[in-house]
Amino acid sequence: MTVTTGGALPDQLYDVAVVGAGVVGSAIARELARYPLRIALVEAGEDVGDGTSKANTAILHTGFDAVPGSLESRLVREGRRRLAAYAQQNGVPLEPVGALLVAWDDGQLAALPALAAKAVRNGHHGTRLLDAAELARREPHLGPGALGALEVPDEWIICPWTTTIAYATQAVRAGVTLHLNCRVQSVTSGGHHELSTSRGLLRTRYLVNAAGLHADELDHHLGHEDFTVTPRRGQLIVYDKLARPLVRHILLPVPTALGKGVLVAPTVYGNVILGPTAEDLDDKQATGSTAEGLETLRDKGRRIVPALVDEEVTAVYAGLRAATGHEDYRIRAHARQRYVTVGGIRSTGLTASMAIAAYVTGLLGDAGLHLGLARDLEPVNMPCIGEAGPRPYQRADLIAADPAYGTIVCHCERVTRGEIRDAMSSTLPPASLDALRRRTRAGAGRCQGFHCGAVVRALFEEGRG
Amino acid sequence: MSRTERTVDVLVVGAGPAGLAAAARLAAAGAGRVEVLEREQQPGGIPRHSHHRGFGPRHQPLDGPRFAGRLVDAAVAAGCVLRTGVTATGWAGPRTLDTTGPQGLERITARAVVLATGARERPRSARLIPGTRPAGVLTTGELLQTVRLHGGRVGGRAVVVGSEPVALHAVRTLRRAGAQVVALVTEAPCAPVQSPRHRVPVITDTAVAELTGRGRLAGVRLRDRDGGSTHLDCDTVVLTGDWIPDHELARLGGTALDPGTRGPAVDTAFRTSLPGVFAVGNLLHGGEPGAIAAAEGRSAATHVLRRLAGARPWRHGQVPLAVERPLLWIAPNRVHPDGPPPMEERFTLRTAERIARPVLLVSQDGRELDRQHLPRTALPGRAVHLRAGWIARADPEGGPVRVGVMSDSRQPGAGAARILTV
Repeated sequence: MTVTTGGALPDQLYDVAVVGAGVVGSAIARELARYPLRIALVEAGEDVGDGTSKANTAILHTGFDAVPGSLESRLVREGRRRLAAYAQQNGVPLEPVGALLVAWDDGQLAALPALAAKAVRNGHHGTRLLDAAELARREPHLGPGALGALEVPDEWIICPWTTTIAYATQAVRAGVTLHLNCRVQSVTSGGHHELSTSRGLLRTRYLVNAAGLHADELDHHLGHEDFTVTPRRGQLIVYDKLARPLVRHILLPVPTALGKGVLVAPTVYGNVILGPTAEDLDDKQATGSTAEGLETLRDKGRRIVPALVDEEVTAVYAGLRAATGHEDYRIRAHARQRYVTVGGIRSTGLTASMAIAAYVTGLLGDAGLHLGLARDLEPVNMPCIGEAGPRPYQRADLIAADPAYGTIVCHCERVTRGEIRDAMSSTLPPASLDALRRRTRAGAGRCQGFHCGAVVRALFEEGRG
Repeated sequence: MSRTERTVDVLVVGAGPAGLAAAARLAAAGAGRVEVLEREQQPGGIPRHSHHRGFGPRHQPLDGPRFAGRLVDAAVAAGCVLRTGVTATGWAGPRTLDTTGPQGLERITARAVVLATGARERPRSARLIPGTRPAGVLTTGELLQTVRLHGGRVGGRAVVVGSEPVALHAVRTLRRAGAQVVALVTEAPCAPVQSPRHRVPVITDTAVAELTGRGRLAGVRLRDRDGGSTHLDCDTVVLTGDWIPDHELARLGGTALDPGTRGPAVDTAFRTSLPGVFAVGNLLHGGEPGAIAAAEGRSAATHVLRRLAGARPWRHGQVPLAVERPLLWIAPNRVHPDGPPPMEERFTLRTAERIARPVLLVSQDGRELDRQHLPRTALPGRAVHLRAGWIARADPEGGPVRVGVMSDSRQPGAGAARILTV
C-alpha cells in the first residue's frame, strides 16, 4: 500500500496515471485496480476529494431530467445502480429519502407531466404526480403556495466524502500508488507520457485526465482545445440537526436553463442543506461565500420551508462545478496519444462516478491498453458517519470491546476518541483538521469547535506523531 | 442495543456552575441519589478554563478554575455522584435518559431531571459571515481551551469581535499566548468597559463583512454603518459573545422553547413545559456570569425538592412573557399569579441597544401592570433587571405579559452617549 505526500516521486514507469483524485479520478483508479496494472493516482491537493467533490449537494441522482440519449443520461443511470450497491457493501452512508419536485406556480405545475415523460425516456418509471393536498401531507412544513409535485422516489442522499475516500482506499489497498501534493505542471508525450510535476517527473504509458476544474488546462498540454471549464459557484447553507424533522424528502425546484436551482434536502449526517446558488465565475479558486449569495438562499429557503431559516446555521460552504458550456459530459479517447479526457463532469459526477470509471476503462482498452484479467476487490468497511447508523457511540458491543468508542470527543456530532484514532491510522490518514472532519465529522457540528476544537486538534497532532 | 437500566432520584445533566450547585444543594437536603452527568472529561463547565478573576461573590472574587473546583468539592462532599465523560444522548421516556460513556450504554430514569447543559458562542457560520473557510477563525471557548488546557499556539496578529465582557477575556488570553491584538471590532456603538492595561484599538459601529485567505486566515474586511469598507490583515479572528443556549437535549425531549432566549421556556420555579424536568443556568439565557448560574442552580433545588416531596404544583395555564424591541429576551419567561417569585424576586433581560434612563413597562392585554424606572443606563451585553412585584396582578387566563422599554426623556442628560474610539 503506497501513499506518498512529499519528496521526489519514485522513478517508475506506470501503465496508467490518473490525474485528479476527486470522486471521478478515484473511481477510475479503483476500477483500474481490478486489473494487473501499475497505476498512479496523482493529486495536487493534500487529500483525495478535496476540490469540487467535497462541496456538492450530496444527492444520488436518478438522471430523470438528463437529456435522453446523452452519455450523461446513460452513465448517471448505470452509475446510480452501481454506487447504490457499492455503498451498501462498503459502508458508505446512504438514505433512500426520495425527491419531490415542487411546483410553486401554474407554469411549473403544467411542466410536471412533461418531466414525468422525460423521466420515462431516461429509464425511470417510478415517478408519480402529487396534488397539493397529498403534497401537504407528505411535507407538512412546506411553505404556503405549493400547488403540487412530481415524486421521484429513487433520488437518494449519500455521503460524498466517504464515497471518494472509499474508492481511493480500495484502490490503494489493491496496489494503486497515490501521490498527494503533486501538481502536474506540463506534459511531454513521446514514447510515453512524461508529466512534469511539483514533485518531479512521472512517467506513464497511458494518461487519464480527471483534473476537474483544471481538465481543460491539462487537455491543452496534450494539444486539445475541446472545451473550456467555466467554474460555476454553488453556495450552500447547512442547517442544524434540530431542523431535520422539518424535511422528509429532497425538495427540488422545477429545473431552469441555469441548472437544477435551489433545493432543500436532508443530509446523511442528519442536517438540512439549502442551495446551491449558480454563479458563473472566472476564478477557479473562488470558493468563498458571499453576503448576496447567502441572502438569496435564505430568501428562497424561507419560501420553501419557512421554519428552516429560523434554525441555527451549522456551516456554509461553496463549491465550484466544472461547467463547460456543453450539454453533456466531455469524455474523449485519443487512442493514438494513449490519452483519455474526462471533462465537463457536472453535479451528477458523484452519482455517475463508477459508470464513468467503467466507461473510461473500456476506452483505455480500445486505445490499446492490455487490461488483463479483472478480479473482485476486497470490500472496505468504511466508518459509519451517517445517522442511518448505528454510529459507534450507540454500540454497546464496540464500547465493551474498546472503551474509546464510548468516549465522545466532538459532542455535536457524537464523534468518539476511537473513531479519531482509527482515522489517524487509516490507509489514507488525514493531513489536516478539514480532512479529519471529512473522515469522522469531528468539528463539523453546530459549535464549530467551541467545545471540541482544542481537544480534536490535540488528538490530531498526537495521531500524527 | 444492550443498555444497563438504573433509577436515581435526581439526574442533573451538566456539571457546570448551575448543575453542580443544584446537585450539591439537593444532595445536602437529602434528595436521595443525586447523579450529575458531565460529557467533558473534567467537571466545572466554562469556568474551568476561564482564568480571569470574575467568579464567585463580589466580596470574594475567584478565578474560574478555583470557582469550579469549589463547586465540584461541595457537590462531592454533599454526596452527589459526579460522572465525567458520560453523555446524555437522548430520551427514552418522560424522565428517562439514554447515556454513552466508556463503561457502556445506560438508560437512567429519575424522579426529577435538571437540565444544565449551558451555552456556546455562535461560531462564524451561525453568524453568516461570508468569505473563505481558512484556519484561524475561532470562538473564545476554543481559544481559552487551546491556550489554557492544551498549551496550544494561536496566531501572531489577532482581531477580536464582540462587545461583551468575554471579548476582553479573549484579548487577555491572546496576549498571554503571544499574539498581538490588532483591534477589537464591534457592531455596538460603544466598546466594552476597559481597564487601562487592556487598552486595545476599538472599532465601533462596524461589522466583519468577509473573511479572506486560503489555508490560513489573511484578514478581515470590515464594513461600518455608513457602508465604508476596510481590510485588516490578521491571521486569527476570535468571535466572542453572541451566546446561544445548548438546547439540543431539551429540544429532543420536547420542551417548549422561549423565542427570545432560544433556551427552554421556564417558570419562576425553573420548571420546563415537561413535568419533572427543570432547567437552570446559561441553558436558559446564554452568557450570564458563573456566580449567577450557580445561584440559579441553588434556587432551583428548592423547587425540585418540593416536587420530590410530592407537593402538587400550582395550577397550570401559565402566562408567557414576551419582550418588545430593543429588548431581546427575558428569563424566566412564564408566570402565574399563584406561583413563587423568581430568584432574587427579579427577572433578567437583555437589550440590543443602549438606553439611557430606561423605564420598563409591563402590560397584559393593554392593561399596565407595572412601570419601573431603572437606576442605570441599559447597555447591550449587560443584564437588566425587572422587579417581580407585579406577578400577582397578572391574569392567569389572559394573553402574554408584554415587557417594553423606553427612555425617560423628561430627565436631563438622556441619550448623551460617549462613543469610545481609540
